[in-house]
Amino acid sequence: MALLTLDTIAVTIGQAEPLDRLSLDIDRGEILGIVGESGSGKSMTALAIMGLLPLIGGKVSAGAIRFDGVELTKLPEADYRRLRGKRMALITQNPMTSLDPIRTVGAQIDQVGTLHMGMRAEAARERSIEIMEQLRIPDAATVHGQYPHQLSGGMKQRIVIAMALMGEPDLIVADEPTTALDVTIQAQIIQILVDLVRQRGLALILITHDMGVVAQACDKVAVLYAGRLAEFAAVGEIFASPRHPYTRALIGCIAKEGQASGSLVGIPGTIPGVFAYPSGCRYHPRCALAVPACAVNVPPEQRLGAARVACDWVTEVAHG
Amino acid sequence: MGDRAAPLVVLDSVSRSYSAGGGLFRPRRTMQAVDQVTLALQRGEITGVVGESGCGKSTLARLITGLIAPSAGHVRFEDADLATLGAPALRAMRRRMQMVFQDPYSSIDPRFSIRDAVLEPFEVQGIGLTEAEADARVAALLTMVGLDPSLGGNYPHHLSGGQKQRVGIARALALEPSLVVLDEPTASLDVSIQAQIIALLEALHARLGLTYVFISHDLRLVRYFCTRIVVMYLGAVVEILPEPQARPRHPYTLALMASTFVPDPTRRREVQPITGEIASPYDRPPGCAFAARCPRASALCRSERPLLVETAGHAIACHHPLE
Ligand SMILES: Nc1ncnc2c1ncn2[C@@H]1O[C@H](COP(=O)(O)OP(=O)(O)OP(=O)(O)O)[C@@H](O)[C@H]1O
Ligand SMILES: Nc1ncnc2c1ncn2[C@@H]1O[C@H](COP(=O)(O)OP(=O)(O)OP(=O)(O)O)[C@@H](O)[C@H]1O
Ligand code: SF4
Ligand SMILES: [Mg+2]
Ligand SMILES: [Mg+2]
Repeated sequence: MALLTLDTIAVTIGQAEPLDRLSLDIDRGEILGIVGESGSGKSMTALAIMGLLPLIGGKVSAGAIRFDGVELTKLPEADYRRLRGKRMALITQNPMTSLDPIRTVGAQIDQVGTLHMGMRAEAARERSIEIMEQLRIPDAATVHGQYPHQLSGGMKQRIVIAMALMGEPDLIVADEPTTALDVTIQAQIIQILVDLVRQRGLALILITHDMGVVAQACDKVAVLYAGRLAEFAAVGEIFASPRHPYTRALIGCIAKEGQASGSLVGIPGTIPGVFAYPSGCRYHPRCALAVPACAVNVPPEQRLGAARVACDWVTEVAHG
Repeated sequence: MGDRAAPLVVLDSVSRSYSAGGGLFRPRRTMQAVDQVTLALQRGEITGVVGESGCGKSTLARLITGLIAPSAGHVRFEDADLATLGAPALRAMRRRMQMVFQDPYSSIDPRFSIRDAVLEPFEVQGIGLTEAEADARVAALLTMVGLDPSLGGNYPHHLSGGQKQRVGIARALALEPSLVVLDEPTASLDVSIQAQIIALLEALHARLGLTYVFISHDLRLVRYFCTRIVVMYLGAVVEILPEPQARPRHPYTLALMASTFVPDPTRRREVQPITGEIASPYDRPPGCAFAARCPRASALCRSERPLLVETAGHAIACHHPLE
């Protein structure tokens, strides 16, 4: 059984329903990429998994999330909190959401050890520095005594990763961990995350806008559109034979090596907001292949081997 | 109009310095945000400028368009030195060179309607338009950037990011410039919208014969869109690739390329990211600014600054360039 399974979950925040019938799974040693335009529900998925929706007044309103055999949507908050500090960790775009500006970064890493892992102060400090060195933080002992404002963005993001690793997590959810960083630093951080998965066999959910990162790092990919899954497939299939028209369009937006100028087109229109989701297939107003039925029927997910695609076109049913 | 073969813009050893500090206990320190940049922009060319945050791309953009003055060196637009022009002449000259920013509305009053925003350049230049002329201009400009002219009465908060960027481009094109400097115009947009905007810029370039400077973090995009690429590091130009697919010869350009993830899972490679981070421009090392991160660095690199040397249009500032 997979380490983490999202089984047809829906998320509601008041009247809004930013996620609808989403199913995903990830196992140990795997990297799952989640892509889709801004507002497609990527961060909502991360918050749902981490049990953090109540912070923004939301909840998982249907379906189940199973983590190593435990149903999370019914878990008491105290148990969830223990899980978050240890077995699952969230890394966000802005490292300062996880760091306390008035305490040294070392004290903050140590604390995960003393609070969640039952370590003594000296052992925690040793372990912190060891992890910092593994993350290629130069002069780790000095950095251990510094405050967040003394460090660059890339270094702060490494500190957040060090805090996550201190709890020896089984799952890391990284929500655009490198979006705010320069490309050379982004490459360093992504490489660190990939190495962690390969060496420690933990599971990584990598939310990103960068299809290059997806192609180079992920094993499988979930493409979201307007709160629903468009396609879920192995990374090779997503790039070589994308089946959902939205996946195809998204792949077509990336300039490839040596691509002739004037051949990039983009996707017409914009992604709808959460209160303006169209009927039927939510992608139909922008879809080059849409037929009248697409505006009426919500396309059920088609299974194609291990992949799932939410579009009737792929099996050519319902379209004459 | 001037000589067609002559460059539209020439930067002659242009620098721009900034100072910081100067408190009771802290000495005032100076740094070069742009450091002795020499560059010619040919008509019709699309010059890409890449480099990491803080390397001086936006400062260079503002120098090129005369929004700030160089602290040393000269910027010539069609042979006229911007520094020697009086205020009215400089203002007239500015019509010919426009900028598009990452967030086009950061500099526009949010209470301006789209129509007001598009007409503002005419006002700044003191060009009086009748109501009917203004209507016609707004309609023509919005149509040109792929927006429905009926959007004119809307306000920025009604628009999506991509639509706002189209308005920014319409404003830049209002006075029929020769040069448009695009400072990360698509950085905050989804790839789907980014591709739309790039396609629009390509179409306008072909139709209006514009000269572009395109600033970006995204080497992949620059290699697709531009006709040549300027690579900056800590204020200085370290390499100029004469064509976008030219093989990089400066170790920093190579590192940038190696840090760019290829969107093809069948061509996976172990990324060998360079270590270390960019030095502070206030503590610029004496030799090559990249030496501390460079796998090829020698003692020479740490003591002597490499000059930008051009061979067959390919300029490199490195003591040990790659073959
Ligand atoms: N507090 C909230 N209440 C209601 N709707 C919200 C709230 N926060 C976000 N949304 C909506 O939920 C949808 C999904 O948002 P989410 O943040 O998951 O998108 P995302 O895919 O992470 O986008 P981005 O790439 O911009 O980070 C969006 O339409 C968003 O406007
Ligand atoms: N008005 C100013 N006063 C002081 N320093 C400045 C000023 N403008 C820019 N700088 C400094 O000059 C350097 C270059 O800045 P610039 O904005 O040109 O970089 P950039 O390459 O555009 O970076 P980014 O990719 O983040 O936009 C930076 O160190 C910046 O802090
Ligand atoms: S001059 Fe030396 S340190 Fe600088 S890039 Fe070239 S080889 Fe590297
Ligand atoms: Mg998000
Ligand atoms: Mg800038």
